[in-house]
Amino acid sequence: MSRLDVRKTYKLYIGGKFPRSESGRSYPALDADGEVLARVAQGSRKDLRDAVRIAREAVSGWAGTSGYNRGQIMYRIAETLEDRRGTFVEQLSAGGATKKAAESEVAASIDRMVWYAGWADKFAQIYGNLNPVAGPFFNISAPEPTGVVGVIVPEEPALLGLISRLAPVMVPGNTAVVLASERFPMPAITFTEVLNSSDVPGGVVNVLTGFKDELVPWLADHMDINAVDAGGASPEQAIRVQEGAVHNVKRVVLPSANGPGQSPYRIAAFTETKTVWHPKGL
Amino acid sequence: MAIEIATPATPPLKWDYAGSKESADIANIEERYGLFIDGEFVSPKSKKYFPTINPATEEPLAEVAEAGEADVGDAVAAARRAYAEVWGPMDGAERAKYVFRIARMIQERSRELAVVETLDGGKPIKESRDVDLPLVAGHFFYYAGWADKLEYAFPGIRPRPLGVAGQVIPWNFPLLMLAWKVAPALAAGNTVVLKPAETTPLTALMVAQIAAEAGLPPGVLNVVTGAGATGAAVVGHDDVDKVAFTGSTAVGKLIATQLAGSHKKLTLELGGKAAHVIFEDAPLDQAIEGVINGIFFNQGHVCCAGSRLLVQENIHDRFVDKLKRRLSTLRVGDPMDKNTDVGAINSRAQLEKITELVDSGRDEGAEMFQPDCVLPDRGFFFKPTLFTNVAQSHRIAQEEIFGPVLSILSFRTPEEAVEKANNTPYGLSAGVWTSKGSRILWMADRLQAGVVWANTYNKFDPASPFGGYKESGFGREGGRHGLLAYMDWDEE
Repeated sequence: MSRLDVRKTYKLYIGGKFPRSESGRSYPALDADGEVLARVAQGSRKDLRDAVRIAREAVSGWAGTSGYNRGQIMYRIAETLEDRRGTFVEQLSAGGATKKAAESEVAASIDRMVWYAGWADKFAQIYGNLNPVAGPFFNISAPEPTGVVGVIVPEEPALLGLISRLAPVMVPGNTAVVLASERFPMPAITFTEVLNSSDVPGGVVNVLTGFKDELVPWLADHMDINAVDAGGASPEQAIRVQEGAVHNVKRVVLPSANGPGQSPYRIAAFTETKTVWHPKGL
Repeated sequence: MAIEIATPATPPLKWDYAGSKESADIANIEERYGLFIDGEFVSPKSKKYFPTINPATEEPLAEVAEAGEADVGDAVAAARRAYAEVWGPMDGAERAKYVFRIARMIQERSRELAVVETLDGGKPIKESRDVDLPLVAGHFFYYAGWADKLEYAFPGIRPRPLGVAGQVIPWNFPLLMLAWKVAPALAAGNTVVLKPAETTPLTALMVAQIAAEAGLPPGVLNVVTGAGATGAAVVGHDDVDKVAFTGSTAVGKLIATQLAGSHKKLTLELGGKAAHVIFEDAPLDQAIEGVINGIFFNQGHVCCAGSRLLVQENIHDRFVDKLKRRLSTLRVGDPMDKNTDVGAINSRAQLEKITELVDSGRDEGAEMFQPDCVLPDRGFFFKPTLFTNVAQSHRIAQEEIFGPVLSILSFRTPEEAVEKANNTPYGLSAGVWTSKGSRILWMADRLQAGVVWANTYNKFDPASPFGGYKESGFGREGGRHGLLAYMDWDEE
């Protein structure tokens, strides 16, 4: 007699916990043939607001963690990702990727996380400097995290897209509220399990699954989000992000700003440069 | 409990200075100015002109063209042509020399420019002469040198200019804001359409004359004068690639809304409500000077003005007494007098705004102090003002007054100082005074502000990045970081 498999329930990830949507809603995630793979939580406005509140509370801790330590935690994410390769390859294959393409996407995702992990204690040296002012002053400029960042993940590649958008947000000490790929949400949910077992403090990364057309306007308008990576937004959603960003002068990275895969200037987009002056004298 | 030393009840010092008036003769202000488009001054297609007045006398100085949409279109077309044919392709080393040349010519004519800046804007001549103009020339010098070194500015990228930059600047530092915008834009290879503020257009038009004399190729710098509608036409023009704005947060938000969906690159330098934090161990006499400079420099028409004073509770009364005495020695009046500390308010509209907010401060229960000084009969003036007993919820503690008005609050612990300092949607600047080095760095880490002045205030330098957190805007002006606002790049 064959054994009945035990299926996973795919939920949200907020504050280091896995709640269902408060709305009680879910939607089917389909495979490439249109068969239902699983039902996933359909996040609501209230879920998003909960996530932002918790992300805000997590900023001071994460930003206050040394770059050295943040880098180690991000490297630990890569280690745990490596450990779960098989699951990701399976999920990406179910989404329609060939096995070879799925394997290479997972490998690229792990390598990208390692690449960004290494920036955490170096980035400020590239982007900050001492300013040679014309007077007896010590004058230094250094990057600081912007705060809470909304990350709209591209529909595909569902895993590499997520890692590519999220990692540079985490490097300088921002916390994130992530809208996962709507069509291929399962890799993002599995990734939250990776986060949860990688020493990433709860609340630093919060992941919502659901309908982007429903959630993007709330993300765009929220007064306690400081920046939005609209890399995975449709053209209409990107305009909506820009319009909403006006209310509290959010920093917005547009889809058109998508260059090649990895760059320290992606990190720079989610930082604020602080300049400090002090007189020199006896 | 700290020992309170009673302040002797000495009357405010009355030093009578002989007048020491700067001559206005050096200012060659023309009766009427056209628009500077494609290398020459032209009559506006709008056929409209408006007067610009001296706010210290309310007398007209000149008539200035009001650029309509067609005029702005001509300016953008000239800038596009110059970008495509001349300035974009030009070798960086050659571009650098043009900008160096402009810097030199500004230095050469700095007295004349300072006088016109004061006549048109109302700021004390000692400030326009000793602060604004040296910084303006310095800014052109600094960025000139970057023009042929852009590939060294940021590792791993191949920089290129954005194209045509539309720039809208305010009236508080007309020339300095021009320099902050124009110098990096030109150095990075962009061409410019600049819209100066309607109350202070004259010095930008003089810089246009300088650019023409310097042989800057036609169309590289265009100056279109006018009010809000002209500015909206500049930032809204389809063929503008980059918009840079300095001004109020309200207008900045309008511009950001207008630009949504346009893919124009935007930088905003908006309002502020800076906290100026004085700890009990601060060098008090120096701190008093820092506070005075922080709020009364340029009549408080400064986006980074230290307008919210946070004084540690155990020195509050003593500090406020000292401050009141120092306030009483400020010389308020004719901006052309070299002894004047506080000049004219820039416009009637701004004077009304300041008056309204000060009235709200009294109505809401704060206690007002103004020195016993005599204001000129004509022109727009406002007495240096401070408020004590201010609550965080008062409008004078929340809103940007943009005038010579200081709101004073107190705190007990460093944590409370940080919380109060950051309790604002703005985040442009902050000040800290303490003798303890570790506390300075502790505070600097926690203050949400783009510029933190420790044991000093209102210092600026071309090499030093300036710009805000939160609703004070985004992007930096000055220093290496200031180049990024005018560059696009390919990653290697």
